[in-house]
Amino acid sequence: MSAALPHSVQIAFIAIGVLLVVASLISMTLQRLKPERDYTELRQRIKTWWLIVAVFAVAVLFNRTVSVVVLGFVSFLAFKEYLSLIPTRRADHRVLFWAYLAIPVQFYWVWMGWYGLFIIFIPVYVFLFLPMRMILIGQTQGFLHAIGTLHWGLMITVFSLSHTAFMLVLPPEHNPAGGAMGLLIYLVFLTEFNDVAQYIWGKSFGRRKIVPKVSPNKTIAGFLGGVITTMVLAVVLAPWLTPLTQLESIGAGILIGIAGFVGDVTISALKRDLGVKDSGSLLPGHGGLLDRLDSLTYTAPLFFHYAYFLHY
Amino acid sequence: MLRYLFYVLLVKPLVLVLLGINARGREHLPKSGPAIIVANHNSHLDTLALMALFPWRVIGDVHPVAASDYFLKNKFLKWFSLHVIGIIPIDRHPAEKGASVLAPLVHALRDNAIIILFPEGTRGEPENMGKLKNGIAHLVSSCPNTPVIPVFFHGLGKCLPKGEFLLVPFFIDAFIGEPLYWEGNRLGFMEKLVNKMNVLQHKARQSTG
Repeated sequence: MSAALPHSVQIAFIAIGVLLVVASLISMTLQRLKPERDYTELRQRIKTWWLIVAVFAVAVLFNRTVSVVVLGFVSFLAFKEYLSLIPTRRADHRVLFWAYLAIPVQFYWVWMGWYGLFIIFIPVYVFLFLPMRMILIGQTQGFLHAIGTLHWGLMITVFSLSHTAFMLVLPPEHNPAGGAMGLLIYLVFLTEFNDVAQYIWGKSFGRRKIVPKVSPNKTIAGFLGGVITTMVLAVVLAPWLTPLTQLESIGAGILIGIAGFVGDVTISALKRDLGVKDSGSLLPGHGGLLDRLDSLTYTAPLFFHYAYFLHY
Repeated sequence: MLRYLFYVLLVKPLVLVLLGINARGREHLPKSGPAIIVANHNSHLDTLALMALFPWRVIGDVHPVAASDYFLKNKFLKWFSLHVIGIIPIDRHPAEKGASVLAPLVHALRDNAIIILFPEGTRGEPENMGKLKNGIAHLVSSCPNTPVIPVFFHGLGKCLPKGEFLLVPFFIDAFIGEPLYWEGNRLGFMEKLVNKMNVLQHKARQSTG
């Protein structure tokens, strides 16, 4: 497996590993220097990052089947978390079953590399099928709410996230520097980096709130600082992992920076509406899976189509 | 042997991977028998979810108590219930009143079993606790040193409601309370148990919105 890995991908994983080791050492030192303060959440968070990186490495480094199965399972967990969070009607039990079935089918199109069906299956066929199945049950009370929330969840957790898997089946000869997995590593790394950068800029310089009703901790300084830092890193990493030119990589950085922010606050709005703090408890220190994947639900499809339009 | 295979190949993957369980108060679960686990009953999955909360080491001692009129009604179900799930069958509608109905449970507890009991008697409305039957108080009065551990499940009634055979995955929540002990009278015990279940149900409502 490692024989076929481009050098840039090997370096990328070594760099991520080094970053995590540094983060772990810092959190351990902090706890030792200030034993009176409780750093449990920070340490949990970093521990969970190790798990996330391990799962991501398995998803990316083996072969197409492993990638599709792992990323499909992540989609399944995200959709399940969403459905567990929202109110559903008892009458829709079997409709939800069909909605779940869309996940393996969608990832099967990915595995085949069938772009045409991958891109229309959920937005067209599933979109038209699920309301029909609901109507066969016949409960009209709450129909619009039920079908609206169900389809929105499928689009966010399955359709959007399946773009991460389709990046791995794009023809690698279009990306000589990064090979088959370069594009996805670039996207995921920049998306997560952008989250952290916006947080740090906001904590350090943030004053004016950007969306006070949805996410009172987000500030204009955090947003702008994050976008600019992400853009700089996007330009630096692009020649190693992607076929993007320098100008194109500036655009990719801005796109990921802005889209990541919008994805983050969209999931925040969902949680606020439902009156919950975290979307779940799957990732200790982070909350639920959607708390971690929120930005990616926006950056994955948008960056995919940006790169797809320019180079594939 | 069959029971271990069932546990490893079906119960654990089904409950932990397909559904996913978030258990709070896991430290209250007994490390060994005898003990009585009391839970609300909304779905056939309740039993499997409870089994999945126990580690491999003690699973051999865990026995759900189930109605013989339902689980022994045909040959296959009987074999499956007794040998694969490991139920202790009891008669829900005994011909004559008396403590003899509970005799197999008392016997199992003397053998250090961890028994699972659903005192609502049958699967009720999802996430609601029905009226508790007081057979549990009779049982505890005959085995007064046995801890009774209350468990409240939220979400299983959505995964597989009564009368449905298609399973739909949801994350589920389990709230495990501190053990209760017999203090000498039945009414007092039932009151304590009902209160404890209500507290757990309230916690579940609060944390799941």
